[in-house]
Amino acid sequence: MRELDSIVDSPAVELLFNPSGCGAVLVDSRHPVFSASVQRQFFSLARALEADQQVSEVVLGVNNVLVIFDPVVSSPWAIEQLIKRLWLHPDALSSSPRLVEIPVIYGGEAGEDLAMLAEHAGLSMEQWIKCHSNATYEVACIGSMPGFAYMTGLPAELAQPRRASPRAQLAKGTVIIGGTQAGVMPCTAPSGWHAVGHTDVDLFDIQRQQPCLLLPGDQVRFLLREEVS
Amino acid sequence: MIEVLSSGALNLVQDLGRPGCMAIGVSRSGAMDAPALMIANWLVGNHENAAGLEVNIFPFRFKAECELRISCTGAHCALSVDGRPVPSWTCLEIRAGQQVVVERPSLGVRAYLAFSGGIDSPVHLGSRATDLKAGFGGFEGRGLNRGDRLVLLPQSLTLECRAILPLERAQHAEALRRQQVTVRAIAAAQAETFSSVSLDLFYSTPYEVTPQANRVGYRLQGQPLRTLEPIELLSHGIAPGTVQVPPAGQPIVQLAEANTCGGYPKIATVLDCDLWRLAQAGVGCSIHFKPISVAEGIEALTQHRVALANIQRHLGAGPSA
Repeated sequence: MRELDSIVDSPAVELLFNPSGCGAVLVDSRHPVFSASVQRQFFSLARALEADQQVSEVVLGVNNVLVIFDPVVSSPWAIEQLIKRLWLHPDALSSSPRLVEIPVIYGGEAGEDLAMLAEHAGLSMEQWIKCHSNATYEVACIGSMPGFAYMTGLPAELAQPRRASPRAQLAKGTVIIGGTQAGVMPCTAPSGWHAVGHTDVDLFDIQRQQPCLLLPGDQVRFLLREEVS
Repeated sequence: MIEVLSSGALNLVQDLGRPGCMAIGVSRSGAMDAPALMIANWLVGNHENAAGLEVNIFPFRFKAECELRISCTGAHCALSVDGRPVPSWTCLEIRAGQQVVVERPSLGVRAYLAFSGGIDSPVHLGSRATDLKAGFGGFEGRGLNRGDRLVLLPQSLTLECRAILPLERAQHAEALRRQQVTVRAIAAAQAETFSSVSLDLFYSTPYEVTPQANRVGYRLQGQPLRTLEPIELLSHGIAPGTVQVPPAGQPIVQLAEANTCGGYPKIATVLDCDLWRLAQAGVGCSIHFKPISVAEGIEALTQHRVALANIQRHLGAGPSA
């Protein structure tokens, strides 16, 4: 009898499981550098895990996910099997990404690193702004501060390593870049990223029904806004 | 209602924290010594997750504006009502107008005050806990100041007043007296990337709590730990108890208000049910890490829950909701 051709999603990426205490497991991809497609696989995995009764908390990272559970109720082994199963058979229903637009006033006091960044990139400030605001970004994950979105998609020519020493305070609403990533400060806090402008969009507001504006997988555009005097 | 008469800015309204929010960057928060708050709540007839006060700065004074029951647990503090010494780990009846003082602890660093009914602070993301970093929850998202007035939820329970001092606490007091605290830890993701010498040192030599120790985490100081080669990691979720080792080689234990994401190599994770032991270890205290397996960790966690359930039963607080 001829063997049936099986249709299998070929998961090129193998997973790595490490305990994080007895009630959490950190699931990493074996892929050493960031991959946007692997990240999308993690989006699906995280969504599927969030819907599972055995899982109490799912924290998406960059090409990884931390899965928290009650080890007295579900064994780490059972959770690992669950993750492997969901990774191989991701939910086919993937909603189309949401596009969120963030109007930015570039430069000025809130964007004091813009001139330096433009010079390093060999661009005029106008060219730098155009390049930054023409790109489409994707939210890789939320973390570090309430509502802080790590965004990928920064044009390579704009990338700039983080500051050698972080600023003690960077104001809420500051539009920033760090390494190859982009972001917006959801609250005033220390940061080693570079400040390029300001937005009035509030990334985290505890009074809102959904306090966190952005979610993993969202697409983001920064819109050049002229200062109104 | 109670009125704060004197307080430091790090005295906070806390419950058992805000689980399930790390995915939006919000820390767990909640009492650093969670079992102490649970027991304090049971002593006054509250649900274990009722909001109480975590007192980190002493002395702390307040005045009761109505008749209520209180209890004080956690660190070993002298406690007085209108100048008269009263015991900790006991349910106390307080009359309107009486003043309560929690003095600087002789052992341990954080005291927990529970009030009958619990503190009625707004619920954000399922918890009344103060998130100092983000500035929400608890009392206006900040520590308490003199003159702040805390509203209590009504409570009709008429439990018999009881006292308790768990055996574990008496044992831990001895460890604190000797300034030698042992916590159990499970190997974490990058454990194998450390040199065998470093792994040996981590589990066999003490690491002292430095002054950079707060609700976010404890920076420790001891024999430096080295990975075999420099490690670059992508940002990943970190749970409280995670022991990170930055390139300088001195470990940091992440605690209640830890950043939800980190990138440093992780050598181990302190067992969840041992975090209270760390929470009561002050600056200069030596921390010893004892290696255990995941299976041993689960067994320890099960025993911890059984012990707490026994205390709850003893206090007549009934099974938790």
